[in-house]
Amino acid sequence: MTTKTNLPVDQQAVEAFSQKNGEPGWLSSLRLDALAKADDLPLPKPDKTKITKWNFTQFAKHTVDSDIYSSLEDMPESIKSLIDVETQQNLYVQRNNTPAFLTLSEELKEQGVIFMDLLTAAKEYPELVEKYFMTEAVKVDEHKLTALHAALVNGGAFLYVPKNVEIAEPIQAVYVHDDTDATLFNHVLVVADDNSSVTYVESYLATDAVQESVVNIVSEVIAKQNARVVYGAVDNLSAGTTTYVNRRGTAGRDSRIEWALGMMNDGNTISENITKLIGDNSYGDTKMVVVGRGNQKQNFTTNITHWGKNSEGYILKHGVMKDAASSIFNGIGKIEYGATKANAEQESRVLMLSEKARGDANPILLIDEDDVTAGHAASVGRVDPMQLYYLMSRGISQHEAERLVIHGFLAPVVTKLPIEGVKRLLSEVIERKVQ
Amino acid sequence: MASTLVIKDLHVEIEGKEILKGVNLELDSGKIHVIMGPNGTGKSTLASAIMGHPKFEVTKGEVLLNGENVLEMEVDERALAGLFLAMQYPSEITGVTNADFLRSAINARREEGQEISLMKFIKELDKNMDFLEMDQNMAQRYLNEGFSGGEKKRNEILQMMMIKPEFGILDEIDSGLDIDALKVVSKGINQMRSEDFGCLIITHYQRLLNYIEPDFVHVMMQGRIVKSGGFELARRLETEGYDWIKQELGIEDETVGQEA
Repeated sequence: MTTKTNLPVDQQAVEAFSQKNGEPGWLSSLRLDALAKADDLPLPKPDKTKITKWNFTQFAKHTVDSDIYSSLEDMPESIKSLIDVETQQNLYVQRNNTPAFLTLSEELKEQGVIFMDLLTAAKEYPELVEKYFMTEAVKVDEHKLTALHAALVNGGAFLYVPKNVEIAEPIQAVYVHDDTDATLFNHVLVVADDNSSVTYVESYLATDAVQESVVNIVSEVIAKQNARVVYGAVDNLSAGTTTYVNRRGTAGRDSRIEWALGMMNDGNTISENITKLIGDNSYGDTKMVVVGRGNQKQNFTTNITHWGKNSEGYILKHGVMKDAASSIFNGIGKIEYGATKANAEQESRVLMLSEKARGDANPILLIDEDDVTAGHAASVGRVDPMQLYYLMSRGISQHEAERLVIHGFLAPVVTKLPIEGVKRLLSEVIERKVQ
Repeated sequence: MASTLVIKDLHVEIEGKEILKGVNLELDSGKIHVIMGPNGTGKSTLASAIMGHPKFEVTKGEVLLNGENVLEMEVDERALAGLFLAMQYPSEITGVTNADFLRSAINARREEGQEISLMKFIKELDKNMDFLEMDQNMAQRYLNEGFSGGEKKRNEILQMMMIKPEFGILDEIDSGLDIDALKVVSKGINQMRSEDFGCLIITHYQRLLNYIEPDFVHVMMQGRIVKSGGFELARRLETEGYDWIKQELGIEDETVGQEA
């Protein structure tokens, strides 16, 4: 029996897709189960942004086929410029829904590190993927978009770092969106086992070819005991793309998760970034920069929730809004009962470059435990005329003075990105967007 | 080449209130002028108005740099024309390093393609920072952010030494400095002293003049320059204070807004 849904993909299509990929049974059932729920579950309700009219669910094609890149040389300049070609031995490039390039150093393979596209990993390492895929960090039935994601996941990467393995060099992924018919349900799963350490940096980039499209991204980071994960990302999707992006981590005892996120999409975007500090002495740090322009509407909710004793959470967000762009910055520091000696700090700053731009910074502290420390700071303002006066009094033009102030405002996050090429990309994107 | 900065009948308002009521002053390169006077007499307003501070409105008068009226120029154009103001309260700018800022300022004076080389810039910066006894890491710190009062003043002098303006206006460069910092700042100003550099120092403390000997001394009261002289005027102010000038001119309250 086939039930009729309001979604563009039905049960049969999902079954067929799963079968074509040769997926294990648990994944097929998970997809079908999620699809059945997706229809009834409500959309998420990001605080202060109404998204009921946004299109997250209607698209022409679930998947497209794209050509692969046979070598680094084969890639367009826009991708090559992101990669430290001389040294980068651990790289996954995905083109729309197609795994297009993969390399992992022999040394890491010997140590048991797994890095590959997610759907292949589900076949080759079914137990590992099944254990962590939408079980701990993000649940399938949270709302319509998580359920739809689980049902239709059609790309992404799996990174597993075994116990006691510390990886010095960053692992890099590039997701290219260059086919306007491509719909991305991209899932990244990073599992860092006990006492391991890894840095993962991803870039989403779109070409001018992409008009209207839907992107739904879920990233899960599982940091086990005493593990350390640094997760860098630069999102640079097109103006016509409506994006839901959910990056979430769970931190075990003595572990650390650090996010450095450059949110540079040109289209409407809902971003959730949640770090769950479950273990005692765990540590979460989120640094995020945003540039909004045109008419785009965005909502960035950043949440660090503390269960562990002595856990520390830090949120730093800086946003620049120009034209008629509008963004909501919700920062939530939540300390559960029992998380004694926890510390939750957050800071949100928004710089407005035009009369029509809008930015709201909402710091929220939710604390159910007495023996804690917490703090927040938030501001929304314009470029300080006294700063411009000071810079101009040294002969610097107004345009250059504004540029210096804006770059300076975003620098605390940009300098944090661990791959030079990605850092450069973010600087260039910022340059282009704010000029 | 000798330069001149001529201030003619300058009237300045802030938020509708007239602060300067007709200032006249002529500066030549090679000379150091000092404007003294008690607080609230309009000294800092004069410095800010010359540079183009956005809050001050010039209602009358001219400021001519080598014959050109700088009041018709944007702030950056005034700087490029040869003016420099060491500010009393320099802005702090997050994320912009002192070194990057200084390089931008120097390159703003050069044609595209003729930018100062990194090596040359660093050499010059190191040399001047050594001279001003500044910690080398201050080059990589964000501009004025978290600088102590003394560090900010040294940093203003550092900028002046790097930029090499025709005229430097120093607005209370000595306030809040301990004696060692005051000596260093004075050393910087004396180092700049040359035929190609003119200087206007605004202060209400005589002690700076123990280290810098000015060519001319002016006293400001009620938004005007009320007395001018040589170094001997400063010496007399040091021993006798301002009361004799007020008596001489029949001024009861020297601050702006109080008419004689």
